[in-house]
Amino acid sequence: MQRFLVRRLLTTLVSLVLASVVVFGAVLAVPGDPAAVILGMNAAPEALSALRQQLGLDVPAPLRYLQWLGGVLRGDLGESIQYQRPVARLIGDRLGVSVPLTLAAALLATLVAVPVGILTALKRGTAWDPLIVLASQLGAAIPSFWLGLLLILVFAVGLGWLPSGGFPGWDVSVGRSLRALALPVLALGLGQAAVMTRMTRAAMLDVLSQDFVRTARAKGLAHRSVVGKHALRNALVTLVTVLGLTLVNVFVGAIVIEQVFSLPGIGRLALTAIGNRDYPLVQGVVLLYASAIVLMSFLVDLSYGWLDPRIRYA
Amino acid sequence: MRRRRPPLNLLLGGGLVGLVVAAALVSFVWLPHDPQRLNFAAQLSGPSAAHWFGTDHFGRDLFARVLVGARSTLLVGAIAVGIALSLGALVGAVAGWAGGWADEAIMRLVDVLYAFPAILMALLLAAVFRPGTVTAMVAIGLATVPIFARLMRASVVSLRERDYVEAGRALGAGDARLLRVHVLPGAASPLVVQASLSLAVAVLAEAALSFLGLGTPPDVPSWGNMLREAQGFMMLSPWAALAPGLAIVATVLGWSLLGDGLRDALDPTTRG
Repeated sequence: MQRFLVRRLLTTLVSLVLASVVVFGAVLAVPGDPAAVILGMNAAPEALSALRQQLGLDVPAPLRYLQWLGGVLRGDLGESIQYQRPVARLIGDRLGVSVPLTLAAALLATLVAVPVGILTALKRGTAWDPLIVLASQLGAAIPSFWLGLLLILVFAVGLGWLPSGGFPGWDVSVGRSLRALALPVLALGLGQAAVMTRMTRAAMLDVLSQDFVRTARAKGLAHRSVVGKHALRNALVTLVTVLGLTLVNVFVGAIVIEQVFSLPGIGRLALTAIGNRDYPLVQGVVLLYASAIVLMSFLVDLSYGWLDPRIRYA
Repeated sequence: MRRRRPPLNLLLGGGLVGLVVAAALVSFVWLPHDPQRLNFAAQLSGPSAAHWFGTDHFGRDLFARVLVGARSTLLVGAIAVGIALSLGALVGAVAGWAGGWADEAIMRLVDVLYAFPAILMALLLAAVFRPGTVTAMVAIGLATVPIFARLMRASVVSLRERDYVEAGRALGAGDARLLRVHVLPGAASPLVVQASLSLAVAVLAEAALSFLGLGTPPDVPSWGNMLREAQGFMMLSPWAALAPGLAIVATVLGWSLLGDGLRDALDPTTRG
């Protein structure tokens, strides 16, 4: 297990470093002088020179990268040009919206998709099967942001039960904040549930067709035991992958949902940063997302080793 | 011998995709109204004989805009998947054929792209090169490269040791010829299936990026930016948000059913 752990840790570190190179390198590709791009053609030479210094453009690129990476490792993502505040602080302020939104949506998707996926795999060949398969395919085709608009139309505009957007803040009112997140979580979670149902069903069907399940049945074990003890336990490895993918999809999907519901999350922060050419802020946000995705994949791999001894000792 | 019927999802998916392609083609020769013509007398109206899908907040005909929007959707999707397919297949083939440390190094580099899903890649590229159609195509394409690279690599690794490839080598064929003539044709069907499934994801990504203002520019009708514009007027008229949304669902469903159908047709063991 230790060797497996060290190997995965090393590849994760390499991926994180490469991701940081991509994020840093992207700004090097800005056509022309980034300071002039940000401040415009008519900017004063002093302002341009000050911004070049703030962006570290007076230092050679490889050295600048090392300085930037050193800062990142200390939790310093630089200073936002637009807000004149540390990027890490700006991101931290918005985690209170994006993290609960992501986790609640992933939880909702899992609670809906896993039982439905397993059930449809077990009911394969019945009259319900094609209907549920088609429904999950249809659900996966619905963009979460459009579902969000439809939910606003019904529950906010039509029925007036829930707010159509905005976020009061946890310190202002927990109840109102929860109500503000209800529709975004539904939009993000239900859309993902459809995708997850398909993947869960496929994972379960794959396990159910394996020889050991046939053997368990041939031995005369009860259906409940075959499914619970043999099939489900073996499907867990794939289900963990599905869960990892769901978390990534929901995490990234939240960027769009925050825009639909005017939630002050990290995704919206990045969108305003793009409009203002706030490179340090864009770099900080993109690096955070990319690192979180790499780490999620690492955790999924670790759980493989924990769940399946064949992987651990391979 | 009884002739096998094509899978239902292939027919359904093909039908839906055919409909969208037809809509895009028809928009070049016939449109019920000019999709850019402002008509303030008919602002935010519901479906009628004059405007089948209603009108938006500028009184522009939604049916005409949905038809023209099909062009952007298909174009961005096709070019993005084209980028992913050509780049991914090339990289995957080289990695799989080379083997050893070169394979490991190439695939490790490609895997980094997994950390940048389309929307994230678009955020980065839009900050650097300005948002737009090309940025969206490249972002979606680059984010999809690893899927094709992995698929191609797996096929090449499994095919390169086959007897007929060995025979080709014994006859003096070089690496390039062996890959082109003996290996690539065998790897084509999983790539075709994946291309169709990736088109479904690309359509969703393009719509999301246009909705965020990072894709097709506002002056060109696209389903994503139609939804973006409709959001502000939903209380007054929901029609503007319905038509483009349904068009996206039909297109995504079409590509995804077509992909599943192709897989079923090409590999009967997956039929379920």
